[in-house]
Amino acid sequence: MTFGSFRHVAGTAAAIALALGLALPGPAHADNLADAQALLKQGQLQAALERVDQILATKPKDAQARFLKGLVFTELNRPADAIGVFTKLTEDYPELPEPFNNLAVIYAQQKQYDKAKVALEMAIRTHPSYATAHENLGDIYARLASQAYDKALQLDSTNATAQNKLAMMRDLMSLSGRPVGRPPATAVAAATPAPAPVASPAPAPAPAAPNAKPAAAPGSVVPAPVAVPAPTPAARPAAPAPVAAASPAPAAKPAAEPDGSADVAKAVERWASAWSNKDVKGYLSQYAAGFQTPGGAPRAAWEQERTQRITKPGKIDVDIADLDVSVDGDKATAKFRQHYRSANLNTSSNKTLILVRNGGKWQIQQERLGR
Amino acid sequence: MGARVKKLALRASLLGALGLIASPVSIADRFTLPGALNPLARPEPILAQVFGDIEVLRIDRALDRLDAMLQSFPNFRLGHLIKGDLLLARGRPLATFGNADYAPPDRVAELRDEAIARVKAYRDKPPANSLPRALVQLQPAQKHALVVDTLRSRLYVFENDHGRPRYVSDYYITQGKAGAEKMQRGDRKTPVGVYFVTDSLPREKLGDFYGSGAFPINYPNEWDRRLGRNGYGIWLHGTPSDTFSRPPRASDGCVVLSNPDLDEIAQRLQIGVTPVIIGNGIEWTSAGDWEAERRQLSQQFESWQLDRDSGMADRLLSHYSPRYAGEKANFAQLSRSLRDAAQRTQAPVRNVAIFRDPGKDQMAVVTFEEDGRNSKGRPTVVTKRQYWIVEDGRWKIIHEGQA
Repeated sequence: MTFGSFRHVAGTAAAIALALGLALPGPAHADNLADAQALLKQGQLQAALERVDQILATKPKDAQARFLKGLVFTELNRPADAIGVFTKLTEDYPELPEPFNNLAVIYAQQKQYDKAKVALEMAIRTHPSYATAHENLGDIYARLASQAYDKALQLDSTNATAQNKLAMMRDLMSLSGRPVGRPPATAVAAATPAPAPVASPAPAPAPAAPNAKPAAAPGSVVPAPVAVPAPTPAARPAAPAPVAAASPAPAAKPAAEPDGSADVAKAVERWASAWSNKDVKGYLSQYAAGFQTPGGAPRAAWEQERTQRITKPGKIDVDIADLDVSVDGDKATAKFRQHYRSANLNTSSNKTLILVRNGGKWQIQQERLGR
Repeated sequence: MGARVKKLALRASLLGALGLIASPVSIADRFTLPGALNPLARPEPILAQVFGDIEVLRIDRALDRLDAMLQSFPNFRLGHLIKGDLLLARGRPLATFGNADYAPPDRVAELRDEAIARVKAYRDKPPANSLPRALVQLQPAQKHALVVDTLRSRLYVFENDHGRPRYVSDYYITQGKAGAEKMQRGDRKTPVGVYFVTDSLPREKLGDFYGSGAFPINYPNEWDRRLGRNGYGIWLHGTPSDTFSRPPRASDGCVVLSNPDLDEIAQRLQIGVTPVIIGNGIEWTSAGDWEAERRQLSQQFESWQLDRDSGMADRLLSHYSPRYAGEKANFAQLSRSLRDAAQRTQAPVRNVAIFRDPGKDQMAVVTFEEDGRNSKGRPTVVTKRQYWIVEDGRWKIIHEGQA
């Protein structure tokens, strides 16, 4: 869950009050609100709820406090209560986009995409430049499309479609006078204590579909992790496990294999760990100059696309298992199972890398799905 | 990218993939739908409007129409596919028609074929006032006739207006996986020829697969048998409850209609009476040409009748092909029997129906009734059927027997 925009909150309350023509809250009110926000941020949800209720006891109409209460309910996994709070806010303040947006996020969580769509369209109507709502709406369209395709083709794509999470708004920013946009995002994600059923650490859910390509086209090279669902071991270490440990096959071989398969295994490991560490430069350097880009795209375009994906906010874990390396002179084939986990995607798929040796360094020439 | 450019790209990828980009066709002078309760209660007009909306970049209106249509036909898969495309187009550019990347390509292709078949049938209706050449003359008892065009995936219903066919309605149909011109058992083809509905199987006696009912036809008919065509169980039937319609080529040879369509047709069918004429391509002729051909075939049949009643065996025999085979096994036997019978007074002929076979052979099927006697010698009405072919530029009977 992202609280990236929380620092705006204290200043916002006054602005809201002004904008809504409410009595300017006294300092005590502001403190209480800040406390409640801090408690929410720390995951002390019950305490946050109590504090919000204290504020509302004296100021039952307070928009900021009610908004916060909706967030707390959401975190408490009480979607019906959260919907009640946000719905009432949309009725009382139809000019605010945030309650509409958050309503949509909860509806989407419940797979009520049509309702989510209506709420987001309302959010955009109130605030045409409201980026979060636009992005969320794009995602809703993709999900609705996917549902329609399922009905058309009698498929169940719930596993094939990356279930990107929509971005919940954390603040009534549209009233703060600040530029409207997504909260800055981020590294705070790791600190998120509570089970967050709705909120997303990644601020920009891309439309689901581009991520959702499974290995449909045989032989096609797909650079991104594919949405082949596989149960992820719960206790998987965050960092990629050393390749040798994860794969009995190479481990069984003599350490100093003359054909260099140990070096190949190390190269694969470097590749996976650069990816996990979001080290774009290190990651890209694992690819040979003659790397065959997917679909023969220009190298620069491919690099840009990879950079974009890898640097997307949120943690990435790439694990390699069952590595099988075969070396033929200056060419090697590495086959393995790739476990990929990011904010939006949790997949496990078979992958094959063709590597070439350039001046003693093994680099990737081809990357494809399947073994 | 501007919204308009985006929509243009959407139009190109959707309609382009269907081969449907064309100036809108006016259907004012085409068949109208007097028989259908409400023209908009069918998918085709709505689909045509949806594609029309996409054509003029009114994507929202297209989606609204689709939603309304899917309310009426929740299992109309093609509708869901197009809806998916229109929704997806809001997030990213479309590559083609049916952009469900994770879907098996053949399933998408089937729906694309259905879209093309439905919309083309709607846009390119047969010209108004034209008549199917196959329906030469209907018996008074035949209230309706069905004409199936497997090329267009379409079934046309005509009513009998004093022996003359008058268009009532038309419907999307599914034919055999392997197309038309059935030859043998298991070839998954739909037969081509002149058939009749032989039975009505109520839905209670059928599995869900056949939908709201089934109407077997008499494939293989006498002509089919003579040509060595075999197989059985060719029905008109409906669709399973979870399926509004099936792709154009999906059956094992049956003609499949959506359940509402089958229900509508069922009211018009008479068992043992209603003709079902199936062609892989149906010829439509002007009223004038139709009239001329009808006169020619009627005269041909009347001349057979006159010669039969003349008592002159040679004149009667001249109407039969040397390749004749039928109730009297061959031409020689027929010849003998005609000489024996020539002196007898012939029974009058009633209720003549004449249909042209839309298949490759120049053939006409004549059905009529005459008074005869049953096995116990009691008077009865016998229905007879003759197959006429063109031989040396003349119509000749190649098969004759009780129907």
